[in-house]
Amino acid sequence: MTVNEKELAERVIEISGVNTRKCMKCGKCSGTCPSYDEMEYHPHQFVSMVEKGQIKKLMESKSLWTCLSCFACIERCPRSVEPAKLIEAVRLCVIRQQGANHMKACSVPDSIDENMPQQAIVSAFRKYSK
Amino acid sequence: MTYSYYPGCTLKTKAKDLDRYARLSAEALGVTLEEIEDWQCCGAVYPMALDEIATKLSAVRALDSAKRSGRDLLTLCSACHHVIKRVNNDMLTNDDIRLKANNYLKLDSVYAGETKVVHYLEMLRDTVGFDKIRAAVKNPLKGRRIAAYYGCLLLRPAGVMQFDNPENPTILEDFIKAIGAEPVITPYRNECCGGYTVLEDKKIAERRSGMVIGSAAAKGADTVITACPLCLYNLEANAHGEGAPVVKYFTELLAEALGVK
Amino acid sequence: MQRIGVFVCWCGSNIAGTVDVEKVASSVAGEPGVVFTTNYQYMCSEGGQGMIRRAIKEHGLTGIVVCSCSPRMHEATFRKTAQAAGLNPYMVEIANIREQCSWIHKDKDEGTEKAVILAKAAIAKLNLNKPLTAGESNVTKRALVIGGGIAGIQTALDIADAGYEVDIVEKSPTIGGRMAQLDKTFPTLDCAACILTPKMVDAAASDKINLYTYSEVEAVSGFVGNFKVKIKKKPRYVNSELCSGCGVCTEKCPSRKAPNEFNMGLNNRGAIYIPFAQAIPNVPVIDPEQCIKLKTGKCGLCEKNCTAKAIDFTQKEEIIEREYGAIVAATGYRPISLENFDEFGYAHNKDVITSLELERLMNAAGPTKGVLLRPSDGEHPHEIVFIQCVGSRDTSGCGKPYCSKICCMYTAKHAMMIRDKYPDTKVHVFYIDVRTPGKNFDEFYRRAVEEYGVDYIKGMVGKVAEKDGKLLVQGSDLISNEQVHIEADLVVLAAAIEPDPSVRNIATMLTASIDTNNFLTEAHPKLRPVESPTAGVFLSGVCQGPKDIPETVAQASAAAAKVIGLLSKDKLTGNPCVAHSDELLCNGCSQCACVCPYGAIDYIDKEVNDHGKREVRRIASVNEAVCQGCGACTVTCPSGAMDLKGFTTRQIMAEVDAICR
Repeated sequence: MTVNEKELAERVIEISGVNTRKCMKCGKCSGTCPSYDEMEYHPHQFVSMVEKGQIKKLMESKSLWTCLSCFACIERCPRSVEPAKLIEAVRLCVIRQQGANHMKACSVPDSIDENMPQQAIVSAFRKYSK
Repeated sequence: MTYSYYPGCTLKTKAKDLDRYARLSAEALGVTLEEIEDWQCCGAVYPMALDEIATKLSAVRALDSAKRSGRDLLTLCSACHHVIKRVNNDMLTNDDIRLKANNYLKLDSVYAGETKVVHYLEMLRDTVGFDKIRAAVKNPLKGRRIAAYYGCLLLRPAGVMQFDNPENPTILEDFIKAIGAEPVITPYRNECCGGYTVLEDKKIAERRSGMVIGSAAAKGADTVITACPLCLYNLEANAHGEGAPVVKYFTELLAEALGVK
Repeated sequence: MQRIGVFVCWCGSNIAGTVDVEKVASSVAGEPGVVFTTNYQYMCSEGGQGMIRRAIKEHGLTGIVVCSCSPRMHEATFRKTAQAAGLNPYMVEIANIREQCSWIHKDKDEGTEKAVILAKAAIAKLNLNKPLTAGESNVTKRALVIGGGIAGIQTALDIADAGYEVDIVEKSPTIGGRMAQLDKTFPTLDCAACILTPKMVDAAASDKINLYTYSEVEAVSGFVGNFKVKIKKKPRYVNSELCSGCGVCTEKCPSRKAPNEFNMGLNNRGAIYIPFAQAIPNVPVIDPEQCIKLKTGKCGLCEKNCTAKAIDFTQKEEIIEREYGAIVAATGYRPISLENFDEFGYAHNKDVITSLELERLMNAAGPTKGVLLRPSDGEHPHEIVFIQCVGSRDTSGCGKPYCSKICCMYTAKHAMMIRDKYPDTKVHVFYIDVRTPGKNFDEFYRRAVEEYGVDYIKGMVGKVAEKDGKLLVQGSDLISNEQVHIEADLVVLAAAIEPDPSVRNIATMLTASIDTNNFLTEAHPKLRPVESPTAGVFLSGVCQGPKDIPETVAQASAAAAKVIGLLSKDKLTGNPCVAHSDELLCNGCSQCACVCPYGAIDYIDKEVNDHGKREVRRIASVNEAVCQGCGACTVTCPSGAMDLKGFTTRQIMAEVDAICR
């Protein structure tokens, strides 16, 4: 783990408020995740990879954009580890970088239709851009 | 009973029905909804990171507005309710967030989570009471088989939302019974519709919502009800084919039953 | 003036590693009363104790301070040592320089400084010690066992075998408990009924054992050797003397709505019922909530059909009072409610069941006569998923933080039995860890995997959803790193176990402590595992912590041995460190009696001589046999009349002064 990556890991722990040591590696988060098949790293892997400091791999992962923020892993975690908070923190590590927005305003008109509620667009902007 | 009311952006545009029928029904039930002034968009998603302050401020403004008028803050859209309820919990329990948010806002007096946030459904259950609604129903929706779709935002995380049992909720089913219809319980009523990922990859919402609709259809529901505009959008977009239920806001059915639609 | 010897223990390196023991010994040599100091590697060993005995004699010591481990560990040891050398055992003080000092300090100078201070405090106290003599009390030679499951039955049988009388109070209509509901038992797979029912019969047949079934403990007073207990006998509405146990009444009863508790609600029972065929006593009971006659006055079919004329609708609740020398809590467990775990679909799917329900479905005397059928449609299940740790090891607030201990083994048992009986059935087990520490336990689990082909999946299920009569089980397989989806016919949840809720009331009545999970606390987790901290109260079975049948039986016999040891004594020596009221200071205000948790304080009118003035006053009087020396009265007494022998206010202030000096 590089110095930079170690700092990143500390940052993720700090802003997520997650204590990865509480995890008993039961896998219920990944058993419950509705977006499992859309992810290459799954909720339980976020916990162990953050613990190991492997943040860069996670930052490059498509999992960040396919997590639904449905809070199922948070609700059902028997140890209150709450992996979605780690996914959110890693996502912020990406989009807080200069020019690293995942969703750009110019691409939005192509993704929407006349029925789509404002709520969808606002949510996506909050999740995918800074 | 008078509430400060936070409608949110979507209810002023794409989800006018959700708002309109809620107001009509409230009036019929003797509940006054007073829209707070100068409300701003809540941001639609709760900012989970502990260092996110600015993104929580519009919720705090709405909460403080209700506090100043001395009323509970009533919400309707699931997303607004989720964001405002959770931000309120932060203001109540997280010293750091409370301090920083107040430093930003420089309100007349420090806001520390004093306002009670009430969802429209909670108002129906706890203030009006389902028995009273049953008595007020003019057109009972007899013979209608309705599946409640809770989604994620009302229920989770249960510790903060304090809305209902997150895995076996009953509030919408009780509501359905109160308006004279038959509730249909589906196992996916608290599983995600796909949410905002519809902008990232439509197929995700297709799969998620398709499952919800398919399950409701298989169990013979003619209607699925929700409190969330985005859920409604995703579910509706995937409710096609023969036997697919229609997707409605719960307030529309309430207004219909109360005879104010 | 006392002649005090100070003995500093190294406890190997436990103390000497962080505390300069030589320095402690030399630093206190000049303290008031100290005439001898020394240090030694293991003061509790025969060598160390011999050194103490010799020093007492050679130096004419009147008291000793041992600087060592916690008094909970070896105070009794050193008191015996002192007594052997002719000292009163209460002329011994312990300075705990291990738990309170060496173990919590890293810096040797700091540790040493604190050890010296603790030693000085003990010396200051000892200077004010007086020899104390304990009083004696009688022992009622009868024991009470609360709970008639396998734990209570085994404890009662062992006590009876030693020749003492023992009563079992069981709240349900029959003895037998949870074990009676089980089908087979691990790891031998012998049938639970075959090994339990003979013990039930033995208990009923023993002339030393008296069964109070359908009864509850109502109140407990008294103290070790002399408990007084009120037992509430709930009305059965059936005269046990007359009833022949023919069971005709249970067949004729038209009320059929009550869920059958014994079958975990899988079928219904009548309002008059016998829980199961081998129930003891084999006497039915009428459920007043369900009985049409008791509710409306009409019906009475059971009465009309009873040839023995045993039905008696006029029976009333009865309170009986009994005396006991010892009480054993054997209140057992129940599976937790699954209302917080409906991601597994228990509330809405009949085919999602608990392991205890499966026991009933597998049992020849169960609702399906032992044929494994789905509760929803009575079909054979062809694919079954077991989910372990449902509510166990859960710190989220939904479940229990502890491991329930029995689930890994019974799940392996269930999986194996199903594969054995129905080889066409696929069986999957989702597990977090498989915990099999026990004789022949791991071998048993491996047999399930290797011989019976049970599919163990490391991971947890996140959701069970019903679709077209199938249960879609979605879980993670952590080894293959994939999310698995299984279409199951039956899902079995290994629900966590928790102490039976009656234990809270029982614990209050017995002044026995319970932990945050409502398990009864043992006097010492390692060295006194079957005794409660309250003298004369013992623990048997799961009420103390999760355990399986072999462990329960072992603990039940251990508790019985402790009871027998107690009942075999003719007299009990009390604790002399009890409260004592100074009759000249006492103003009879009753505050001490209000706070006393043991009811040890009474008030007497006594003539006192107050500086030449004779008058009759109402003053507090402590029953020394009942007082446990907790000291609550001493801190409550507004006039300073109450004091605790061995821990007088003066002694404690002397300790504080020594620390602050």
